[in-house]
Amino acid sequence: MSVLAAATIHVRVGASDWGAVGPELILGATVLVLLLVDAFVPRRVREVSTWISLIALVAAFLDVYFLWSHGDSNALYGQITSDKFAIFFDGVIIVSAVLAVLLSESYIVSSSFDPGEYYALLLASAVGMMLMAAGNSLMILFLALELLSLSLYILAGFERSSPRSQESGFKYFLLSSFASAFLIYGMALIYGATGSTQLVAIGHCLHGSGCPANVTENPLLLVGIGLMVVGFAFKISAVPFHMWTPDVYEGAPTPITAFMSVTTKAAVFAAFVRVFNFSLNAAHSHWFPLLWGVAVATMIFGNLFALAQSNMKRMLAYSGVAHGGYILVALLANSPAGATAVVFYFLAYAFMNIGAFMLVSILESNGQVGDDISSYRGLWQRNPFLAGCTTVFLFSLAGIPPFAGFFAKYLALAAIVQAGHTELAIIAVLTSLISVYYYLRVVVVMVLQPGEVQAQETRMSGMAEMAVTASVAGTIGLGIIPTGFYNLATQSVDALRTAFGI
Amino acid sequence: MTPSADHFLVVSAILFTLGTVGVLTRRDPLVVFMSIELMLNSVNLTFVTFSHYLSSPDGQIFVFIIMTVAAAEVVVGLALIVSIFQTRQRIDVDELDEMRG
Amino acid sequence: MIQAYVPLLILALVAGGFAASNILITFVVGPYRPTREKLSPYESGMTEIVPPRQRFPIKFYVIAMLFLLFDIEAVSFYPWSILLRSLHFAGFIEMLIFVAILLVGFIYVWKKGALDWE
Repeated sequence: MSVLAAATIHVRVGASDWGAVGPELILGATVLVLLLVDAFVPRRVREVSTWISLIALVAAFLDVYFLWSHGDSNALYGQITSDKFAIFFDGVIIVSAVLAVLLSESYIVSSSFDPGEYYALLLASAVGMMLMAAGNSLMILFLALELLSLSLYILAGFERSSPRSQESGFKYFLLSSFASAFLIYGMALIYGATGSTQLVAIGHCLHGSGCPANVTENPLLLVGIGLMVVGFAFKISAVPFHMWTPDVYEGAPTPITAFMSVTTKAAVFAAFVRVFNFSLNAAHSHWFPLLWGVAVATMIFGNLFALAQSNMKRMLAYSGVAHGGYILVALLANSPAGATAVVFYFLAYAFMNIGAFMLVSILESNGQVGDDISSYRGLWQRNPFLAGCTTVFLFSLAGIPPFAGFFAKYLALAAIVQAGHTELAIIAVLTSLISVYYYLRVVVVMVLQPGEVQAQETRMSGMAEMAVTASVAGTIGLGIIPTGFYNLATQSVDALRTAFGI
Repeated sequence: MTPSADHFLVVSAILFTLGTVGVLTRRDPLVVFMSIELMLNSVNLTFVTFSHYLSSPDGQIFVFIIMTVAAAEVVVGLALIVSIFQTRQRIDVDELDEMRG
Repeated sequence: MIQAYVPLLILALVAGGFAASNILITFVVGPYRPTREKLSPYESGMTEIVPPRQRFPIKFYVIAMLFLLFDIEAVSFYPWSILLRSLHFAGFIEMLIFVAILLVGFIYVWKKGALDWE
């Protein structure tokens, strides 16, 4: 208390501060509007909340576009930044949220939820993710992580009539808050070792300005790093902290699974890059062996477990674990090229992974079994467009050229080879060869195996069709002409390098 | 003897470990839940200790944030437990095994 | 570099050992001689008139959770009130926005009927 009272504080928080978090503010305000709409507008006109969410997301995206050309700035005493790195991730998260909303529409219609609550929570978690990418201090990172997690716990357990969904929400809640406790303890110890919660200040401190000598050998810092690795690894579902992933993904409503499978990873990896590759760069030799082990285990076990699954959502959950491993490889390169690969990977991953979940969601809103792979037999006859697009997504996830996934993986491997850790590149290549088998198996079932003769027709709503088309365009476009987006990714990492002086 | 920073840190490390052990060994979700809260509060003690010995207010602000977030977490957790209660008679962490694979 | 980990190891052993030994000691040393009286829900209290494991109505939990949520927000007022003077008018406006956000939550809860007792 004495510390607080003694400090003379001149608070100057102006328009430019709020401008820097514009997209977050737009979506945050929309959350409140959606709650009021849900409370006051009669039930039969509640489709209006879908449109409110879409309009808000488009507005937020336009603001992101404006901020990109506007240049980097810090807000609220350097707690939050709107550098190009954060802005790029904002864009990825907003695009994913738009796809999730488009996908949710027919899901909401076929169930009896209050759409206002659903979209409010979806947007609230998106705000948390964007703040996580923009957080420039441990405090904001923690707050943002909790905002996104709390919203997703409820969304995962949103189907109150389904025991699976409830179990999914509760499991996610228990394990994730357990991981949060580790993360926050790690943050406390890092604060104790460096005397600051600001990432830039911590970075300067470890590089030897304004801190006691040998701070990089301080045991507090070492445990802090270890605990933070555990916390982050839980959130990106890296092996051995992945146990919750398949259960939560299977039980949660499919549009939510699609959304969270991409965006939580994107947000946490954005923080991961900012904290480990930049702020804790000087302590590289301490965190490298830890993450090396995690990455190798993640790639090997993620792919092996995926082989054994007969449920599409569980298969994609393990495939997501494995992809987390490839992205960790890019992070381990600890170079600008590696960080660029992480950024680009998420752009590609957003389109192809949400795309892969779309099939499940569309079948479910037709009242059919969506997640059992054997039920996809004859899909090619029933709906060639959907089967064709899903094939593109799965090929892209497998890393087959000319789709987005190939270039993303290539960048990650090039970065790690350049950094001199060829062994990681070799493991990544071998394990992604395994992955080709389980992705292709789905394609074979869909396209080559005939279905029953009187199979029901599979129809898509207009919005779902839009979502599929947009994802397929993104997956193919990023694969054929990646250069423009690669340059954007490079610029975003350059912004980080200037901020941290590395 | 006046306690130094180390004493507080060891106490909070012990509390944190007790919380961790509680999460890993207990089966009642409410107790698991309380153990997580114990972990968060041991972190609060760590933050206050550092804040005092480093004369930096950051740690205390962090504690405010953790307290608010912990309350929100309790509410969400209890809401999930209550909603599970409505469909099941009793609740045990090991019983939540609807999904396997 | 390896020496730096030694204090950690000691700390981990002390913390883990303390937790483990406490559980072990109570298990080993504590006598376990249950009597009918000891196993009753309130050993030294009143004899229960109704079965104690009654179910509370769910609305009790809802109200309690909402109370907790709004109650803890008061913690944010505390640092604000200390710095009230140096925050000037802008600080006042910001707190109004904060309260307005809470108010939206309150209106939502109210309209949804979570506060209706009957």
